[in-house]
Amino acid sequence: MNVRTFRIGGVHPEENKLTHEVATKVAALPKQAIFPLSQHIGAPAKPVVAKGDKVKVGTMIAEAGGFVSAPIFSSVSGTVFKIDTAIDATGYRKPVIIINVEGDEWEESIDRSDKLETVEAHPELTPEEIVNRIKAAGVVGMGGACFPTFIKLCPPPTAKAECVIINAVECEPYITADFRLMMEHADEILIGLELLMKGAKVTTGYIGIETNKMPAIELLTKKCAEKFGSSAYHVEVVPLAQRYPQGGEKQLVDAVIRRQVPAPPAIPVNVGAIVQNVGTAYAVYEAVMKNKPLFERYTTVTGKRLQNPGNFLVRMGTPMKDLIEACGGMPEGDNKLLAGGPMMGKALTSVEVPICKGTNSVTIISGEEAFRKEPNPCIRCAKCVSACPMGLEPYLLAKLAAVKNWERAEHEEVVSCIECGSCQFTCPAHRPLLDNIRQAKSTVMGIIRARAAAAQKK
Amino acid sequence: MDFILIAVAVLGAIGLIAALVLYVCSKKFAVYEDPRIAQVTEQLPGANCGGCGFAGCGGLADALVKGADAGSIDGLKCPVGGAEVMGKVADLLGMAIANGEPMVAVVRCNGNCEVRPKIAEYSGLRTCAAMNSCGAGETACGFGCLGCGDCVAACQFDAIHMNPETGLPEVDEEKCTSCGACVKACPRHIIELRKKGPKGRRVFVSCVNKDKGPVAMKACKSACIGCGKCEKECKFGAITVEGNVSYIDFNKCRLCKKCVEACPTKAIHAVNFPAPKPKPEIPESPVKPETQESPANNQRKEEQA
Repeated sequence: MNVRTFRIGGVHPEENKLTHEVATKVAALPKQAIFPLSQHIGAPAKPVVAKGDKVKVGTMIAEAGGFVSAPIFSSVSGTVFKIDTAIDATGYRKPVIIINVEGDEWEESIDRSDKLETVEAHPELTPEEIVNRIKAAGVVGMGGACFPTFIKLCPPPTAKAECVIINAVECEPYITADFRLMMEHADEILIGLELLMKGAKVTTGYIGIETNKMPAIELLTKKCAEKFGSSAYHVEVVPLAQRYPQGGEKQLVDAVIRRQVPAPPAIPVNVGAIVQNVGTAYAVYEAVMKNKPLFERYTTVTGKRLQNPGNFLVRMGTPMKDLIEACGGMPEGDNKLLAGGPMMGKALTSVEVPICKGTNSVTIISGEEAFRKEPNPCIRCAKCVSACPMGLEPYLLAKLAAVKNWERAEHEEVVSCIECGSCQFTCPAHRPLLDNIRQAKSTVMGIIRARAAAAQKK
Repeated sequence: MDFILIAVAVLGAIGLIAALVLYVCSKKFAVYEDPRIAQVTEQLPGANCGGCGFAGCGGLADALVKGADAGSIDGLKCPVGGAEVMGKVADLLGMAIANGEPMVAVVRCNGNCEVRPKIAEYSGLRTCAAMNSCGAGETACGFGCLGCGDCVAACQFDAIHMNPETGLPEVDEEKCTSCGACVKACPRHIIELRKKGPKGRRVFVSCVNKDKGPVAMKACKSACIGCGKCEKECKFGAITVEGNVSYIDFNKCRLCKKCVEACPTKAIHAVNFPAPKPKPEIPESPVKPETQESPANNQRKEEQA
């Protein structure tokens, strides 16, 4: 087997995929569902319901608030309790729509049958129609970044798409939601990929999977050969070596098609690649073929001390508390609750935070592991430099951030940082490198934006 | 002998030519700098703190001289030097200045460790900016002081310090020059420059929490809940409640302290007022405090028993 990987940097954290063999369960309906209006990158959605309105499963409750935005659909049936604020994954109180759940009544337009719809059977699906349906269903990147999917399919005129790469890497430790999705819905994913290729008007597709998911590689290779063997599409399953952060867009493009995405503002499509998460491919299938908007997703609930960690098909808006209860409750003692995995996940201070479009995992790190170790002075070992997948010098950037030398930080390409945390993970002195670099990155990006705005004024 | 003469002549000629070139250049490419700029710079404190909004004292001096030429130096002020320095500068430039009221930095958060309990432990980089970007911080209040002392680090005059008992920064009024560095450093915009007030007396709302009353109250017992009692109490229209938080306009406030008494959560603070207020109350109703205390004492005794 020809195993590929990205060229520079990377680390290999302990995998801890505790739930690889745990089949997906359907999570119980919550009593009250919470829908943050900002579940995606871009403008927050605007509510289109009011207090007391009745909604069904799949009813649009908030429309897109701009071009880079996505509508939000109710995942439950019931009554709108209120439009208020609640703590979301940012840790702050943000505008949300709260719905009291009553029964489970779906919109009639949604096809709930298990019948597999093929693209060949639907000649009405032109590329434009596919993109429109994806847009209308509120599909966003399901890997965590939540970038609206339809925009990725319509590249700027300066770039030309050549292939679609399905990101099934799942390089974060603990998370297994994508693996379970591939094992349980391989056919739907491949149709989703076909729709994405048709929507983007390309005929080449790749599915990048790390070799710790051999069953998925074997299954998808077999299904691909059956499905695309004699078609006009060229689809290839690419086995990738286990290395974090292979699931980063730029790293995946490098690993799969050996092209390097230039520094921001360049995006993968500038080198011809459209990268979509495997969960997104599934959501695209459901949105286009089943007319089902994005309101549920696969999520892993995991942690070493959790009694029954598992994978769940969750209605969005379900508080994390409910899922943790379903896994045996919060373990005793000190715990760190993360939305996402241990490398890039966001620590939360409340278990009331709902599952959103981008919540691929709820990870609970317990006991000693929940705390950081005391930082020591930098010993200039440069391990962070070898670990950085973007070829940056993390120790230097962190130092520049600490002394607030934003000018030099910009010169050292701090905006290229993908915040993967490899530097901090690998640092033998436990220095808070990424904390510092994040400060520099956000400040420098602010300076660049202000400069661009000033230039536009002139 | 000749050879000494030649050397002297050649060197003399070179010197002469160089002097000529230098003279011509210094005349031709001379940059005129107003002598007043140097004079004004001399008057300024020279800390280059940036409190005036310019990069340093030189920048302000330049702006002052230009302003004087244009006929007005309004809005240009050295917050560190204050009225004294600005008076000297105005004399130098032959301008009159509006005597600005002295200002002082005010920390608008009173969520100490007692009233605002910790709900989480933060173990990342201990700066307010880093903690602010990760979420609400260690308490449930998403608006209040994070307690890592970015303001302390920003102060060049050693005028702001963390009080370890309350976990909140405290401003040393004597040292504070109202340069505004702490205002800029605070990621939550808690610190505000307010009028120092007569004898340093001032009244302000020590909270910036914009959450609705019950939510704010849950996070912090002394949060402003936006009830509007102070707004009703104020006879001078100095108080406005906007976005669930009250704000006192220091230009309108007449320091009557009615709002301080009206505030149900004690979020409004009055500072530097003399203390004798409770004294007249004691002779009038000497029983009151006792009755207030005694049930509590009894309860405590019962509990102990």
